[in-house]
Amino acid sequence: MGAVRRFVLRRRGGDRWHWTDVVAWTWLVLGLILMLGPAIWLTLSSFKTRSALNEFPPTLLPLTTETRMVEGYEEPLELYRVTLEDGEERVLAQVRRVGIVAQMVDPDDPGERIDVPIAAREPVRTTELATENYTEPLERFAFLTFFYNSVFVTVMATVITLIVNSMAAFALSKYQFRGRGTVLIFILATLMVPLPVILVPIYVVINYLNLFDSLWGVILPTVATPTGVFLLRQYMLTIPDELIEAARMDKASEWKIYWRIILPLTAPALAVLAIFSVMWRWNDFLWPLVVLSQRELYTLQVGLNAFAGELNVQWHYVLAMTVLTMLPVVIIFVFLQRFITSGVASTGMK
Amino acid sequence: MTEDTQRTTSATTSTPWVGLKAAAFWPLRLVMDLVDRPLAWLQATFGQRAMVVFFLLPNLAIFGIFVMLPLVINVIYSFTGGSALFLDERVGVGFEQYQTLFDCRDFTDPFSCRQDAFWAGVYNTLTFMLLQVPAVALTALITALVLNREMRGRGFWRAIFFFPVLLSPVVVGLIWKWILERNGLLNALLNGLGLEGTVWLGDSFWAMFWAIFVSTWAHMGFYTLILLAGLQSIPRDLYEAAAMDGTSRPRALLRITLPLLWPTMLVVLILALIRAVQIFDEVYVLTGGGPGTSTQMLVQYIYQTGFAALLRNLGLAAAASILMGLVLMVLTLLQLGIAARRSREVAG
Amino acid sequence: MSDLALASVIKRFGDVAVLHGIDLEVHDGEMVVFVGPSGCGKSTLLRIIAGLEKASEGDILLDGRRVNDISAADRGLAMVFQSYALYPHMSVRQNLAFGLENSRMPRREVRQQIEEVARMLRIEPLLDRKPRQLSGGQRQRVAIGRAIVRRPGIFLLDEPLSNLDAELRVVMRSELAALHKRLQATMIYVTHDQVEAMTLADRIVVLKDGRIEQVGTPLELYNHPDNAFVAGFIGSPRMNFLEGRVAGVGGASVAVVLGPDDATRLDIPLDADDHGVRVDDRVSIGIRPHEIVLTEETGYPVTAEQVEQLGNETIVHTRAEDDTALLICLDGQHPIGEGDRLGLDLAHASLHLFDPQGCRLGGQVKAGRGVRPATEAAS
Repeated sequence: MGAVRRFVLRRRGGDRWHWTDVVAWTWLVLGLILMLGPAIWLTLSSFKTRSALNEFPPTLLPLTTETRMVEGYEEPLELYRVTLEDGEERVLAQVRRVGIVAQMVDPDDPGERIDVPIAAREPVRTTELATENYTEPLERFAFLTFFYNSVFVTVMATVITLIVNSMAAFALSKYQFRGRGTVLIFILATLMVPLPVILVPIYVVINYLNLFDSLWGVILPTVATPTGVFLLRQYMLTIPDELIEAARMDKASEWKIYWRIILPLTAPALAVLAIFSVMWRWNDFLWPLVVLSQRELYTLQVGLNAFAGELNVQWHYVLAMTVLTMLPVVIIFVFLQRFITSGVASTGMK
Repeated sequence: MTEDTQRTTSATTSTPWVGLKAAAFWPLRLVMDLVDRPLAWLQATFGQRAMVVFFLLPNLAIFGIFVMLPLVINVIYSFTGGSALFLDERVGVGFEQYQTLFDCRDFTDPFSCRQDAFWAGVYNTLTFMLLQVPAVALTALITALVLNREMRGRGFWRAIFFFPVLLSPVVVGLIWKWILERNGLLNALLNGLGLEGTVWLGDSFWAMFWAIFVSTWAHMGFYTLILLAGLQSIPRDLYEAAAMDGTSRPRALLRITLPLLWPTMLVVLILALIRAVQIFDEVYVLTGGGPGTSTQMLVQYIYQTGFAALLRNLGLAAAASILMGLVLMVLTLLQLGIAARRSREVAG
Repeated sequence: MSDLALASVIKRFGDVAVLHGIDLEVHDGEMVVFVGPSGCGKSTLLRIIAGLEKASEGDILLDGRRVNDISAADRGLAMVFQSYALYPHMSVRQNLAFGLENSRMPRREVRQQIEEVARMLRIEPLLDRKPRQLSGGQRQRVAIGRAIVRRPGIFLLDEPLSNLDAELRVVMRSELAALHKRLQATMIYVTHDQVEAMTLADRIVVLKDGRIEQVGTPLELYNHPDNAFVAGFIGSPRMNFLEGRVAGVGGASVAVVLGPDDATRLDIPLDADDHGVRVDDRVSIGIRPHEIVLTEETGYPVTAEQVEQLGNETIVHTRAEDDTALLICLDGQHPIGEGDRLGLDLAHASLHLFDPQGCRLGGQVKAGRGVRPATEAAS
C-alpha cells in the first residue's frame, strides 16, 4: 500500500505540488480516458439492444427493462416504477401505451387497471448483455465467413512472411557475395514505395496472374516486408559464424543449416516479426478492398466496412462485429505489448 | 532482446515443453527434410552460390513482381488511355491524362477544374497535412515530455498511449463514427454540460476537424515512442549542469531539451508527413469522403477513379498516383538525407 | 566566497541510509577534498550540497543560511561534473555564457567575463568550437571555465580528473591548485584518488560507508590517523599492518612484542590507562613502507618474495613468518634477490598502534626519512 501511495503521490517538487506535476498528471489522466474510453464505449454499446441504442442520452451500461410474466397475459410485461398521484411509489407492469397514458396493472394483482401518465413512470432496468448482437451476424450475415477469411489471410501471410523473410535475411547476413549491397539498397527502396502509388498497377499484375478476387491475391503481395528482412537480418548478424562453419564441416547442406541452426536461434526475432505480421495483415484494408469483389471472400475489415456503409446502418450488429475485429489485436496487445513497443522504438529510430 | 532470448531458452529447456515442441514441429520437420533432398542436390551441382540465389529468390521475386514492376507499369499506364485492363489493349495517349488532371480554369477553386475530385483531393490532403502533422507532433511531444519524467509505471502509460496505434483503421473509423453520431456519446456529453450538440460528420468543417482529430488520436502513440527514445538519449547530467547554472525549468526545456531533441523531431515530422500524404483508410471509413467531397483525400480519388467508379479510368488514376509518388519521393529522399547527416554527425 | 556548514546530514534511499549524520564545516577560501573508497557517499554528499539531491535529515547552511529547501539553481554554487556535461549543441562560448544569461547580465559584461575566463584557462582559440571537437583536457577546462564564469559562492568538483589520462591528470592537478590560489575560492573536491587529495587539499575529509572517519590537513591525516582505515587509505604505498601483543605496560609507554617467538620488541609511547590497554591485549601496529630499514642485527624476520628495482628506490614485497605481507621501500639500489631472508628494523619508524577494532591507541611519529634521530627518544 505504501508503494502505491508513493507512486500516486510522486511529484517533481519533492513534497510540494509543482505546476508541472499538475499538468503532467492531468495529461496522463486525460490520456487514459481519451485513449481507452472510445474502445470501452464501443464495447459497452455493442451489448445494448437495438432499441437501447436509439435512446438519447445513452446509458453507460447496457440496460434493458425488466419484464415479468403476469397472469392473464401471454407475453411478459415490462416493469416500471410508478409515482402515483398520492405520491406513492409502486412497481407496475405495463400492458400497453396509448398516447401519453400508460395502462398498467399490478403484477401481483392483475385485476385492476391503472392509468398512469407516461411522465410519472420510469423503467425498472437491469444490466443485461444483448449477446444476440454477436451471434446473429455470425450466423446470419456472413461474418463468420469474413472471420475465417481474415484468419486464413493472416495465418498464411504470417507463415509465408516468416519463411521468405528469414531466408532472405539469412542470405544477406551470413553470405558475402557481390551485389549484396545492391540487394540491400533494392530492398530499402521498396520500403519507400507506398501502396497507393502502385495501387493501380498491382491490381493489373494481380489480374494478369489470375489472382484477382482471391485470397491469395490478398496474401502474396504482402509477404515480402522490408522491415521484416532488416529486423531478422540484424538479429542474424549476432549469430556467431563459427556455428555455421562447424555445421559445414559436418557436411550439412546450406538448407539444413538454415533450417536446423539459424531459424531456431532466430526465434525471438521471428516472434517479434510474427506479432507485427499478424497485426499488419489482420488490419489491412485498402489492398483487400481493391482485390476482393466477391462478398464471400471479404476479410473482416472489408466486410465490416461494407456492412457499415449500407444505407440503414444496423449499429447493433456493426458495433458487435467491430469489437470482434478489434479483439485479437487487443489480446496480443495485453500480453505482448512490451515486445511491440520496444520493437517500434528501435525500428522507428532507423 | 537478450532478456527475451534468455527467457525463451530457459522456457524451452524444460522437458515437457521440449516434448510438446517436438510433437508440434514433427510434420513441419518432415516437410523440410523432404525439401532438403532436392536442395542438397542443387547445392552439390551448382555450388553455394546457387543456394544464396535460392534463399534470396522468393523475397526478391515478390518485391520485383509486386513492387518494382508495378512502379514501372504505373509510369507507362499514366501515358495510356481507354478502359482496357491489360497493357496490350490500351491506347497510348501521351500526356493527355496529366493534362486532364491539370485542366483548371482557376487553380484555387477545385470546382473550376475538369477533374474537380482530383483537386478536391489535393486540397483536402494539403489541409490535412498542414493541420494533422503539427497536431500529432505536438501531442506526441507533450506526451513524451510527460512520460520522460522519473516515474514508475512508465511502461504502463506508454502502452496506454500506444493502444490506438494497434487498431485497424476500420475499427478506428467506426469507433469514432459511433461517438460522433447524432445520438452518440459526444452529443450526450455536451448536452449534459448544457451545450448544444450537432450532426458532426454532416458539416464540412467539422468532418475535416474530426478526420484530423481521429487520425491524430490513432497515430500519436507511435510518434510518442520515437520522441521518448530521443528524450531519453539526452544525458541527465546536462539537466543537472543547467540546474547548477541557475536555469529555470522552462528555460531548460527551451534551450536544452528541444534543441537536442530536434533531430528526432525532424524524423517524426517527415514520417508523419509521409503518412499524411497517403491518408485514406480511417477517414474513408469515418466520413466516406463527405459530406460531398469535403473530406475526400487524394488516395480516395485514386481508389475511386481506378476501382470504385462505374467508369473506371485506370490511366487517370495512374497519372494521379504518379504525381503523388513524386511528392512522396521528395519527402523520402529528405528523410534519407537527414538520417545520413545524423549518422555522420554522430560518428564525427 | 562562501562558507558551508553541514549539521547531522542524513541521506536515505528508500530504507537504506547512505549518509549517517555528517557534521562538517568548510571555511571561506578553503579547498576541502572528500576522499574515500567507492560507495562511501562522497558524491552523494556533494550532490546534496549542490542541491541536486535532498538531504533526508539535517541542515545545510551556506553563510549561515539554511538552504535545504532552496533549489540547486538558486544556491549560487557551481559544479564541475565528472563527465563535464557540456551542452553538445552549443559552442564553447555559448556554454560559458549560458549560466550568465540566466542572471540577466548585460551582453557586454557577459562577453568580458567569458574572455577573461578564457584567457585564464587558455581556451581562447576554442571559443567557437563545439564540445565534440575538443579533446578531453580541453573539455575539462571548458567545464571549469563554465563554473568560474558564474562567480559562485563555492566550487563543487566531482572527480573532475578521473576521465583524463595519467599524464594529463598530473598537469591538471597543478593547474587546479594554481587556480585555487588565484581565485581564492572555496572549493569542495571529490575524488577516490588519495594522491590528488594529498596534493590539492587544505583539509581532507575521509569518508567510509557514509560516515566521516577523519577530518584534517593532509599531514595531520598522514602522521596522526585516527583509525586503521584512515591510516591505510592515506599514504601511498599503503601502510603495513603487523599483529602484535602487549607484553608490558608502564608509565608513558607500552611494550609490544611481535614476530616469531615474540622476538621483536617495540616500545611505543602511550598512556596505557587512558586507553584501557592491558597486558596480553592484541594490537595492530601500522608502519609505512618508506620508513622501514634493513638491519644487519636481528630484526623482524621476513622473506623477500618480489623485488622491484626502480633505480632511485627499491621496492621489496616480503612475507613474514605468520604469512603477513609487508611492503618495504628502500632508498637507492639494493642487491636483494627473491627468496632472500631479511631483517627489518622497525623501531626507528613512525609507529601507529591500533586496537583490534581499528581505533588509534597511540604511536610515535618520526621526523621523516633521511633524518636519523640522535637518540631513540626523539619524535
